[in-house]
Amino acid sequence: MVGVIGAGSFGTAVASLLAEKVPVMLYARRVEVIDRISKNRQHKGWELPENVKLTSSLSELAGACELIFPIVPSEDFLVMIRELSPFLKPNHKMIHGTKGLAVELSDEEEFATLERIEKSRVKTISELIREETVVRRIGCISGPNLASEIAQGQPAATVVASPYEEVIREGMAALRHSRLRVHASHDLLGIELAGVLKNIMAIASGIVSGLDYGDNTKALLISRGLAEVVNVGKGLGADPRAFLGIAGVGDLVATCYSKYSRNYTVGFRLAKGESLEEIIADMEEVAEGVKTTAVVHALAQTYGISAPITAVVHRILFKNLETSRGVNLLMEYPFTEDVEFI
Amino acid sequence: MAQNPQPDYKNEGILLPPVIPQIKDWPIAKLLKDNRPFVEEVKRDSLHELHLLMQREDQQIHDLVEQTLYKERLRISEDPWRVDPKDEGKFWREVRQELVRLEQLQIDPTSFQQRNEELMDRIVSRFTEEIAGRFKPNTYHFAKRFLPFVFSTLLNASAGKTIKSVIYHRIGLQEKVHMRGEIERMRELTKKGIVILVPTHISNVDSIIVGWGLHALGLPAFTYGAGLNLYNSPILAYFMNRIGTYKVDRRKKNPIYMTCLNSYARLAISHGCHSLFFPGGTRSRTGEIEKKLKLGLLGSAMEAQRREFLDDGNQRKLFVIPVVMSYHFVLEAASLIRQHLKYTGKEHYYLHDDEFGSYSKFLSFVWKSFGTKSDITLSFGKPMDMFGNFVDEEGVSYDLHGRPLDIKGYFMSQGKVTRDDQRDAAYTRQLGERIIERYHAENHVFSSHLVAYVAFKLLARKNPSLDLYGLLRLPEEERILELKPYLETVDRVLARLREMADNGKVFLSQHLNTNTMAIVEHGISNLGVYHDKRPLSLSKDNSTLLSQSMNLLYYYHNRLVGYQLEHVI
Repeated sequence: MVGVIGAGSFGTAVASLLAEKVPVMLYARRVEVIDRISKNRQHKGWELPENVKLTSSLSELAGACELIFPIVPSEDFLVMIRELSPFLKPNHKMIHGTKGLAVELSDEEEFATLERIEKSRVKTISELIREETVVRRIGCISGPNLASEIAQGQPAATVVASPYEEVIREGMAALRHSRLRVHASHDLLGIELAGVLKNIMAIASGIVSGLDYGDNTKALLISRGLAEVVNVGKGLGADPRAFLGIAGVGDLVATCYSKYSRNYTVGFRLAKGESLEEIIADMEEVAEGVKTTAVVHALAQTYGISAPITAVVHRILFKNLETSRGVNLLMEYPFTEDVEFI
Repeated sequence: MAQNPQPDYKNEGILLPPVIPQIKDWPIAKLLKDNRPFVEEVKRDSLHELHLLMQREDQQIHDLVEQTLYKERLRISEDPWRVDPKDEGKFWREVRQELVRLEQLQIDPTSFQQRNEELMDRIVSRFTEEIAGRFKPNTYHFAKRFLPFVFSTLLNASAGKTIKSVIYHRIGLQEKVHMRGEIERMRELTKKGIVILVPTHISNVDSIIVGWGLHALGLPAFTYGAGLNLYNSPILAYFMNRIGTYKVDRRKKNPIYMTCLNSYARLAISHGCHSLFFPGGTRSRTGEIEKKLKLGLLGSAMEAQRREFLDDGNQRKLFVIPVVMSYHFVLEAASLIRQHLKYTGKEHYYLHDDEFGSYSKFLSFVWKSFGTKSDITLSFGKPMDMFGNFVDEEGVSYDLHGRPLDIKGYFMSQGKVTRDDQRDAAYTRQLGERIIERYHAENHVFSSHLVAYVAFKLLARKNPSLDLYGLLRLPEEERILELKPYLETVDRVLARLREMADNGKVFLSQHLNTNTMAIVEHGISNLGVYHDKRPLSLSKDNSTLLSQSMNLLYYYHNRLVGYQLEHVI
């Protein structure tokens, strides 16, 4: 049996895809969610087959499943993994699907006002798993995987990344599907960062659309956004190649164009004049990009990494910079070389 | 009872009761007293592994032999050593002739394959015989009685003691080498499983110190994978050929040799022999603690651990113990750092004819290395399992949260222990990183390291426009530092180090428990004490410091690189 932790839209999508081949155990934290799904077998636009067993017990899930897909927002990940950790054994394998960073702030700190942060305090989700549990065989799935399109059975692709071929092999076998191609990568850090960093660009892209700019502007944003994502990724120790694949450019383009993307929606509504608080308050699921922008901005400040788009998105999100002023600022930024990042 | 207060073992320079009293019962003695059966086992295993390798890489035996021949002939012509066997050229010429013959003769595929197999057999045999060590209890007895005698005589003489004390050996190696760390736990673990000792490598003295240390702690002899370059010295070679040492030739990078070496190391472990190897490969050229390890032999240990957990395995655990030695003085420092600066970026193996080549050089080496002023710390680190988890004296592993765990699961998939070389290679890489982390934590900082570090960093700051090579060529009149600001910086670095020590990130030697000026004086008088040019000295009026050798100052300074102390300079 394969385990999935988290019954959000992507977690449910993964559980449903897996269930076509293997029995699945799906964990949801809230008992009322489990009760509701158990009654009508409907959730987040998916029809959950009978071989998806529901549980609210992490110990039951760890006991029954050797391969586990944790798909939980980054801000809840730490609490979840600490609760799960005592039940994990060295034979477990984990493939996470969380496109965020794990940062523990002190009581005095807030994401909105974070100006500097040491690299050692910022962890990718796989690093967090490694630190909190005995599990070594860790991987991630990442790619342009808007859950609603997958639910409709549209052709799509994803990447399974891990330093362990065994994890890649098992992850690919479990996920591969007539409508979902699964590619392999050994560069876990690169694939994780590609998925994380592109969310900042998705917010920026939402802003561009919200200001009613056209495709030239968006193309400019995406290509310079890619350069920035690669640059920041390199600064954090990743190999640039991962950023050019499905989980890099692929995911970047998808989220920058998709109205279904939560991060894009944040940017779009900001440009239409709503405040960040209003937007967050009525979003059903977390837009990872907001926190990511705060963390990456602080990292860039601390280590002198050039990240002009992130800086502007940061000012728009947290410093009340007007969106149109933000775009003007970027137009004045002195870029010189076109492709200097590879 | 009262008539015999001194137990027997104390007379043999052993400080603790032997874990296994009879040498003939030591695993290594059992395995290598007559080493033929073991050598044959290694050959069979190597051939088996080579066939698996060829299968995996879809390679033909003929190509493998050809590739090996090419690499060997290149090595012989480009990097010959005195220790190399005389018939080497002849052997490989014959292999080549046979290969040519096989290609020209239009023989049928079966006999073509068969004659290639024979050729590979011959190569495997040659390599295995070359690697294999022997263990002669008599030589061991002799070495253990003779070497402490030599040492203590030299130590007492160099300490300027009277004739009488020289004869009565008041000072033994135990007064010179301070052993620290988890000694009792290590002794316990040699009974519970198989111990893999991985020391840092700074000097040729390392293997003598560790060998003596293990003996003095009452442990059975370890198998030791020694660099072939050490065999260039006839004295060392004599002992090493007889005390269970096997030869590691890092020039030979062909797949057949690597397979034989890995089989040898792994099977020795499987026979219960505790093992020692320097994972850094060669001595640190820069004086730094290792930043990168050669993972080959660690990989053999990982594979040995996996096989222990197979259904027909013995289910024993391997315990990794990092060992760190600290010296005030490294005899080879000048030549090592010169080599490094000259060949930065290139892999180079140093032929040291000038080191252990003759008896007089050997004695002078020992003399200087163990002279009055050069105290040495031998620190045995916290024992870990093959996954870097700490273990208690029962050998039970604990995760970061203090929960016990069963590492067998790391080799399991769907309920069974499975072979997955790629997975084990990833585990080995992580173990390597963990060992490096532990090296830094187990290191004992000496006053001499501290004074060199601060002096070099301050000179670098005084000359911000110079790169490393510029700094090293700094004219003598500019290599001067005012004492007062220097002491202030030492204070700051020391405060940072103390903080780190409190958090278990490094150890501070006992002689650092005093005031800053006393530490600086102690450091300067000990730093590289026998070098012709002093890395650092204090002016007569105690107002300034001067370096006579920037290369050496840089070398000793490197010992504290990697602790992020730059921020407090």
